[in-house]
Amino acid sequence: MNDWRLPSAGLGALVVLRRNVLVWRKLIGPALVFNFGEPILYLLGLGLGLGSFIGNMGEMPYLTFLASGLIASSAMTTASFEGTYSVFTRMIPQRTYEAILATPLEVDDILAGEMLWCGVKSLISAVAILVVASLLGVVASWNALWTLPIAFLIGLCFAGPAIVMSSIVSNYDFFSFYSVLVITPMFILSGVFYPIETMPTLLQTIVQVLPLSHAVALVRPLVANQVLIQPLLHVAVLLVYTVIGYYLAVVLVRRRLIV
Amino acid sequence: MSASTSHITSSTSPVVSAKGLRKVFGTLTVVDDIDFTIPRGKCFGFLGPNGAGKTTTLRMLLGLSPMTAGELTIFGQPVSPKTRERMGVVPQLDNLDPDFSVIENLELYASYFRIPRVEASVRIERLLRFTALSEKRYAKTETLSGGMKRRLTIARALINEPELVVLDEPTTGLDPQVRHAIWSRLNDLRAQGTTLILTTHYMEEAERLCDELVIMDHGRILDHGTPRALIKRHVEAEVIEIRSETAKGLVLEDLPECRVEDLGTSLYCYTHHAAPLIQHLQDSPGVVFMHRPAGLEDVFLTLTGRELRD
Repeated sequence: MNDWRLPSAGLGALVVLRRNVLVWRKLIGPALVFNFGEPILYLLGLGLGLGSFIGNMGEMPYLTFLASGLIASSAMTTASFEGTYSVFTRMIPQRTYEAILATPLEVDDILAGEMLWCGVKSLISAVAILVVASLLGVVASWNALWTLPIAFLIGLCFAGPAIVMSSIVSNYDFFSFYSVLVITPMFILSGVFYPIETMPTLLQTIVQVLPLSHAVALVRPLVANQVLIQPLLHVAVLLVYTVIGYYLAVVLVRRRLIV
Repeated sequence: MSASTSHITSSTSPVVSAKGLRKVFGTLTVVDDIDFTIPRGKCFGFLGPNGAGKTTTLRMLLGLSPMTAGELTIFGQPVSPKTRERMGVVPQLDNLDPDFSVIENLELYASYFRIPRVEASVRIERLLRFTALSEKRYAKTETLSGGMKRRLTIARALINEPELVVLDEPTTGLDPQVRHAIWSRLNDLRAQGTTLILTTHYMEEAERLCDELVIMDHGRILDHGTPRALIKRHVEAEVIEIRSETAKGLVLEDLPECRVEDLGTSLYCYTHHAAPLIQHLQDSPGVVFMHRPAGLEDVFLTLTGRELRD
């Protein structure tokens, strides 16, 4: 019964993106407090506190190591939150999608717009961390600005799986499973706080399949002004997650709403 | 067919045509092989108890529910986003965007139809006047009363100047003033040539608004016609309702020229000649009764039975 047709999003995606931007603008104060507050706490608390014990890690000051990891992980958590709690709110209790589906737009357009918005929010979070990290003097060069499009891509990559979750849960409580079983382990294990090379080989292999380690592998050299290793592979992994995530999300949201 | 000719639909061709329309969920047949055609510029009603299949039928018209079998065309085309471009929808439950004000809701909806901004603001002013919401333009939608929300939902449904407006129980849960106001707006729309499709279980609403209607139950169409024709076909012209607790002294078999149905608190006596019955009741001391012409509700109860629906 599932509608497996390939998605075909049009310009309607941009209209949905615009809707979310307009809502965000209304609540810009609290949103920015969150975007800036969190990295400040992490970088000052963990970076300076722990950093004074650690010194260098991965041939860079620990604060640089941590800031670059946080840009990637924050892009992940931002998109994941938006794709679960916010998307679910619009899809089910608020029935915003139902209203939009009475217009010429389709599920394909709506979810493409939501994914773009997740990308934009991840980008915003990266901007905030970069600003804080620069003020702390740990950003090595202007090359670090390349992390912004990467953060957008990380947002797209994590938006799909999050929207997939929204399409199958019956209420908000079930997002705890996704958070505890998927997002938090990735956050801890994917090289945000320490190099993955220090972990057992098996764990390293598992982590290599997950997208966050590839996100970190792209962001860290850009912030530390080091040479990127296998950038195309890392970008490709994020793109594959993006495309598959979007496709599955479209099929599952169709199944939930178009009945 | 090219895009330009597809919009030309002659005034005699039906706006909606359904043949053998069917919807099955698992083992449950919700819409069971129904046929109907909806003529241009009319108000067409779907009447039925809860679970009759009305809402599912509307969802199929919108392309929000793929049909299991049958043929369905709107403006002579299969259902698609293109047909929705020319339709307006008033859903059963309001789904206004709570993050936005009244005017922003309308602007946003206009953007979904890609109506240019200048054109949209002209239409929005007109629609705010039409639904008497001009004063509330900057109000947050959550601060609106139920009636205002409904009117805003109707205004929103008209932003694309639709040829066909679909309303799913448009006045359920509203107070009489609001209902009358909405009915008069809907009559205005029909007078302008807009085709209306309406589901309701308010018989008064159907009688006032609908040029034609179908009565549905268990996914089937039980009958179809104008309200007047349906009344004539299924029930006697007049009804006398007797309060049951006052009717203890009456011998039902003695009541002249009528068919009696017991609804618990009332006895409904259907008749073509009310005079002898009224005379009889006036001669029976203590009996409280009311005489009225038969209406759609009588047809509805006759066709769909009297057991409770959930």
